[in-house]
Amino acid sequence: MSAVVCEAVCRTFHQGDALITGLDHVSLEIQPGEFLCLSGPSGSGKTTLLNAIGALDTPDGGEITVGGQRLGSLSRAELAELRLRRIGFVFQAYNLIPVLTARENVEFVMQVQGLSAARRRAVADEMLAAVGLAGLEERRPAQLSGGQQQRVAVARAVASGPDLVLADEPTANLDSHSSAHLMDLFEQLNGERGVTFVIATHDPGVMGYARRLVRMLDGRVVADEAQTPQRMAHE
Amino acid sequence: MSGALAVSARLAWRNLWRNHRRTLIMLAAISIGVWAMIFMSALMRGMTDQMVRNGLRTLPGEVQVHAPGYRDDPSVANSMAWPQGALLSALQQPPVQAWSARVRVPAMIASERESRGVTLLGVDPASERALGSAPHADEISEGRFLEGPGDDGIVLGAALARKLDTGLGKRVVIMSQDPQNNVADRGMRVVGLFRARLEGTEELYAYTGRQPLQALLNIGDEISEVAASAGDYRHTARWAPALVSAAGPQLEVKTWRELDPYLGTMLRVQDGFSLIFMVVIFAVLSFGLVNTLAMAVFERVREIGLMQALGMRPGAILRLLLLESLYLLLLSLVAGNLAAWLTIKPLERGIDLSIVAEGMAMMGLGTTLYPALAWSDMLFSTAVVVLLGVLASLLPAWRAARLDPVQAINQV
Ligand SMILES: Nc1ncnc2c1ncn2[C@@H]1O[C@H](COP(=O)(O)OP(=O)(O)O)[C@@H](O)[C@H]1O
Ligand SMILES: [Mg+2]
Repeated sequence: MSAVVCEAVCRTFHQGDALITGLDHVSLEIQPGEFLCLSGPSGSGKTTLLNAIGALDTPDGGEITVGGQRLGSLSRAELAELRLRRIGFVFQAYNLIPVLTARENVEFVMQVQGLSAARRRAVADEMLAAVGLAGLEERRPAQLSGGQQQRVAVARAVASGPDLVLADEPTANLDSHSSAHLMDLFEQLNGERGVTFVIATHDPGVMGYARRLVRMLDGRVVADEAQTPQRMAHE
Repeated sequence: MSGALAVSARLAWRNLWRNHRRTLIMLAAISIGVWAMIFMSALMRGMTDQMVRNGLRTLPGEVQVHAPGYRDDPSVANSMAWPQGALLSALQQPPVQAWSARVRVPAMIASERESRGVTLLGVDPASERALGSAPHADEISEGRFLEGPGDDGIVLGAALARKLDTGLGKRVVIMSQDPQNNVADRGMRVVGLFRARLEGTEELYAYTGRQPLQALLNIGDEISEVAASAGDYRHTARWAPALVSAAGPQLEVKTWRELDPYLGTMLRVQDGFSLIFMVVIFAVLSFGLVNTLAMAVFERVREIGLMQALGMRPGAILRLLLLESLYLLLLSLVAGNLAAWLTIKPLERGIDLSIVAEGMAMMGLGTTLYPALAWSDMLFSTAVVVLLGVLASLLPAWRAARLDPVQAINQV
């Protein structure tokens, strides 16, 4: 079974009287364990597509299936449940809840899932160590650098045990060293845990990591090809 | 506790303290509101309590026993026998604390200059004192009160003595009817004058010993009424029925609420007024509460969107904000109730209001106000605050739950 299937997905935005095309008949099939980058210039529809796949936004045409579930047939609560159990999100910035510590942020989704305190804590600490933040568990987001905050977000996205991680410009606010570090981490998690990654980016360095590169333009998929991954150099 | 609820409990508490200043201002406002609710209720309760107590002093007692026709025609013809058997033993044991058997007849009282109609009470001073219906020592302005049931002196209100142009040591003639409608009269010496809070009371009642009056009226040891008290007028309904069955069908037993419906109404009005007062105060506070919560939601749109994206259901978001509001309400309630308790307890010994005493006396009050802290008022105000507070918080919380996650996350 495919991890994600998009069939002729359309999304149009209304801005005043103007109609803006977000997605124009996008069809895409993603297999479990893929490491896929969505690329394309700003405004090409990457975010809109990720939001639609992540059940945050409802397309006005076409059909999306995630893990075998057709999103169009689910209620608001069921969509929330799907996001909670199966999808991990990493946004461009402001990923964390400011009043919670790094550990509590990582535990957040697991706690909503209803995991026991001991289990949560063990997983959270393991994940924070995996993203290189051992020792910073008690810090609040304001006491962490941008790169560290993104890594907490990655730890949270993976800790809840999702099948699919959606990352929207995860390196946009990071320096090249932090970017390389984060992408290495994605690649490692993908390899070790078999989690499917879909990463929207217009950073060529990030695209290099992908085994499959999907190019978008004006809301359409204009290229979809396999490639040999290439890591960024750490300077 | 479900996962989402446990997360909410911690998050709501921390969110509450994100803006210390705003939270503390709201906390202070609601606490003062709660304090005012309870304090005002205590004052009003103290006032009505005193009005009822004063009313029961002249009634007197919380329960009275009469011959069936007496209440329609309070004449000597409708006398009753001295209590005996079941009634007597009921009167002599708890919860009854004091009782008095009294003769109460309309009479004419005349000095050498003037005459007046009064209600003449033939009493046993000891039991009247126990009942609280005899003038207190400091209410005797001249002379003394009666010394026993056989005392054949008469004690008049100071105002009545003035009207009759008589005084201590002088003789007056009292005139009434015996059961056979014969005029019964005799002279009595004025042995004491009493003052009452209301001049009407001074002019209406005159006291003499029970036995001389029984002899004058030729009724043997019959009496007009038995008045009984168990101390607290609020609990009359608990023991009155036992007295009804003890008295049997030949006698009529009535509680103070039946004897003086006005007093009972006053209590109900007081309760209703307290509740209205509480609701009005809190309705004003709710505006502040709604505003505070709406600001909090506005400032946190992004992270609310984030929590939704992470899989928190709209219902859980709603709960999160209601919980934050509930924390604020509960803290305010603790502070407000504590402040009320601390300020009212020392005042329960009485607040001197002699400056405005004239007006108070007109309302049937003394010059000292005794605020009464009632658990029911604290409970009521808590219920009002929690109920209305959560209700007021529903709107901003519901708005937060309805936020569109995509738009919320994109807002910076
Ligand atoms: N909420 C919105 N309202 C109006 N237009 C929008 C909205 N979201 C996206 N768009 C438009 O849809 C198109 C695709 O946007 P987006 O998916 O954000 O592109 P990308 O992420 O590739 O930069 C753009 O033209 C953008 O202006
Ligand atoms: Mg984008």
